[in-house]
Amino acid sequence: MIATQDQVAQAAAARDAHVREMVAWHFSPETGTPFWLDWADAEGINVPDAVRGFDGLAILPRFEDEWLRREPHERWVPRAYRDRPFKIFETGGTTGMPKQRLSWDDHLTDYSEFSERIDEFFPGRFPRGAAWLMLGPTGPRRLRLAIEHLANVRGGPCYFIDLDPRFVKKAITDGEPRIAKAYMQHVIDQAVTILKHREIGCLFTTPRLLEALGERISVTGAGITGVFCGGTSMTPQVIRFLYEEVLEEKAALAATYGNTLMGLAIAQPVSSENGYRLTYHAPEPRAVLRVVNPDEPDRVVDYGQWGRVELTTLTREFFMPRFLERDEAIRREPFDALPWDGVGDVRPLGSETKKTVEGVY
Amino acid sequence: MVYDIPVLRLGEAYPSLDTLPVVDPRTGDTLALVSQANNGLVRRDVLKAREAKAALNACSCAQLIEVCRDAGELFLSATLDGMSADGYVQLLSRTSGLPHVMVRRNMAKIHTVLTGMEGVLRGLTRGLDLSTLDNGVGEQAGVPVSYAAMTDALGVVLPSNSPGVNSIWLPAIALKTPVIVKPGREEPWTPLRLIHAFLQAGCPREAFGFYPTDHEGADSILTLCGRGIVFGDDKTTSRYADNPGVETHGTGRSKIILADDVADHWRDYLDVMLASILDNGGRSCINCSCVLTPRHADAIAEALAERLDKVNPRTPDDPDARLSAFANPMFAEWIDEMIREGLQAPGARRLTRPDRLVVRDGRHYLLPTIVRCESLDHPLANTEFLFPYASVIEAPIDQAIDQIGPTLAATVLTHDPALQQRAIGHPHIDRLNLGPVPTSRVEWDQPHEGNLFEFLYRRRAIQRAESVGMS
Repeated sequence: MIATQDQVAQAAAARDAHVREMVAWHFSPETGTPFWLDWADAEGINVPDAVRGFDGLAILPRFEDEWLRREPHERWVPRAYRDRPFKIFETGGTTGMPKQRLSWDDHLTDYSEFSERIDEFFPGRFPRGAAWLMLGPTGPRRLRLAIEHLANVRGGPCYFIDLDPRFVKKAITDGEPRIAKAYMQHVIDQAVTILKHREIGCLFTTPRLLEALGERISVTGAGITGVFCGGTSMTPQVIRFLYEEVLEEKAALAATYGNTLMGLAIAQPVSSENGYRLTYHAPEPRAVLRVVNPDEPDRVVDYGQWGRVELTTLTREFFMPRFLERDEAIRREPFDALPWDGVGDVRPLGSETKKTVEGVY
Repeated sequence: MVYDIPVLRLGEAYPSLDTLPVVDPRTGDTLALVSQANNGLVRRDVLKAREAKAALNACSCAQLIEVCRDAGELFLSATLDGMSADGYVQLLSRTSGLPHVMVRRNMAKIHTVLTGMEGVLRGLTRGLDLSTLDNGVGEQAGVPVSYAAMTDALGVVLPSNSPGVNSIWLPAIALKTPVIVKPGREEPWTPLRLIHAFLQAGCPREAFGFYPTDHEGADSILTLCGRGIVFGDDKTTSRYADNPGVETHGTGRSKIILADDVADHWRDYLDVMLASILDNGGRSCINCSCVLTPRHADAIAEALAERLDKVNPRTPDDPDARLSAFANPMFAEWIDEMIREGLQAPGARRLTRPDRLVVRDGRHYLLPTIVRCESLDHPLANTEFLFPYASVIEAPIDQAIDQIGPTLAATVLTHDPALQQRAIGHPHIDRLNLGPVPTSRVEWDQPHEGNLFEFLYRRRAIQRAESVGMS
């Protein structure tokens, strides 16, 4: 259901209050982050005075992901956390120097909250106490610990099968698609073995791996009742195919959009009635997603229009204002359970143009 | 009217949630919304091709030849899936830029292949009794033979340039092999019309997969089918160069070679050269794109240019139209630019009109172009473009014939038996025409870029103990 004006206004007020709180934290000499304190010093701006709500963040520079590759880690450690060791999480499939984000508890907070949401959105399909299988990129990514935490917080254990997306990418760019395919098979073989020998009810995987698994076995026949799927964009057609054919309409498909920088955005359940169109809502107020005009990114587009995804992350651990993602999406209306803007039909930036150019034959 | 074109999964219509429009490049009107198959769906279906094969195996080759014959007639003139033959001609002309007369010529070619399927198969199988394929075993020239199907389906990734290329997959149906087709982005019409003709003629529905899809889906069709045919540029086809299960149809670099003994009589062959360059709007890989001669290159180039400079765009319904418009005007611009750049390199001279790219009634055309190149190494020499284009090169044929490189169709003009033998034994010539036959003429009992029968079937040794009877 579409959110009421009251709900939207309350959410906006909560967002503004949270912005003030986080700005106060990151720009305070006691608790703040060296990177941001230095910036405020250099600019001579009292940021907590100047930023009174979300819109006020416009006085800050747009976050650049390059900073996460270059800056020493210490520059991102809030002074309040100086004595606590941190975890380093890296972004997905990039080769070369990865982006690195520091974390203490954010990943746990995000997934504990997500755990409540899946009970609300998909009652009974991700049973508490059930074992999980995570079939996807582990390694230095936050997903590895996050999924295990999700399983644990719901009272179950988690099995892991790793897929190294950097190796797959390298094999493909090296012109060795056969090696990439053989590696994928190796990954799927392991998943089939685990599913055959252990009782597993819930699965986290990527759309591609779910398809590949479904070519080998009946996923629902193996006991899976809920699949939490993310990592790459999914068109409505892909979602429909995964739900109707790979999952034979017998298991829930919880689609998510997330990355190391944001956390986890959850989508409303999709079905044939809403055309399998995914709309994600950020975990506000800890993260805010907007759909902005690619040419004038300070302006959001109208509802129903395509634009570039802008992400702002606002936690005590990480402050990332107005980062322009390499994705585009349709701006969608708030809905009652999550009364703030949604981002719909997310896809890599420029997909449509690329399609036209590629469609030579 | 906008046509909704679904995916066909083992013959069953499946409207996808992803569609791409096919537009009239002149008006921008959307003429069809084509359902797009996601890669996972393609893979899932290709892995089920065995069911499709079983449906075709239930028919005999003789029955399927009958089906082909009926399908040929239906394709040529019937209303199929709500579209009349005239409606098809007009739509295809609007989206491909081919004038009506060329669409009809392509239809006639497809009709010839379908109605003459018995002869086509005789050529491909060298006269095999086709019941051998029904029974798996038989006899040929008094020797027991057995053939095993190498695949459950033939994957075909089609281009958008000319409907005639569909002829290549048609014999597969008569050879009891289902086809899984990815149509060209701008040309869903012809494969779809063919499939509907087959269905109306009584062919089992399961024999046809129609999957408009992206590059990844196309790759799945080619590699998972076990046997695939792909049309494309060098970049596309080079991906499959090392895959014996994928037959590639790329650039043709077809040539006409005049030998010493006939070069002085070059005027006698001017019509053959012109037809080879101009037929089908110069869009086929078997169109001549290079003329090699030991003498008179300047005169030949000038004479060709003089004749080709008289060829102009006409309205699509003009029966004398010889040129095709570009479905994608951007390609016309790219090609024009490539030739312009090529002419900057020393050793090449344009003989045809300077302003190649013309727009008539909102349609983009490239006017026929002849370039006189000093050697085969020039960037404009041994190449081809999607319009009537040829280079003319003077070189001693005795040496040049060894340097021509991969050549899909070669017309070798000579009475010299020794040179004829060299051409016959030439490892790089795919289709050889001895004497004044245009490179663009195709006899369908001759294999084209590989023999489809040998691609789909393998002869296996068979020995039978006397105690084992025939099933």
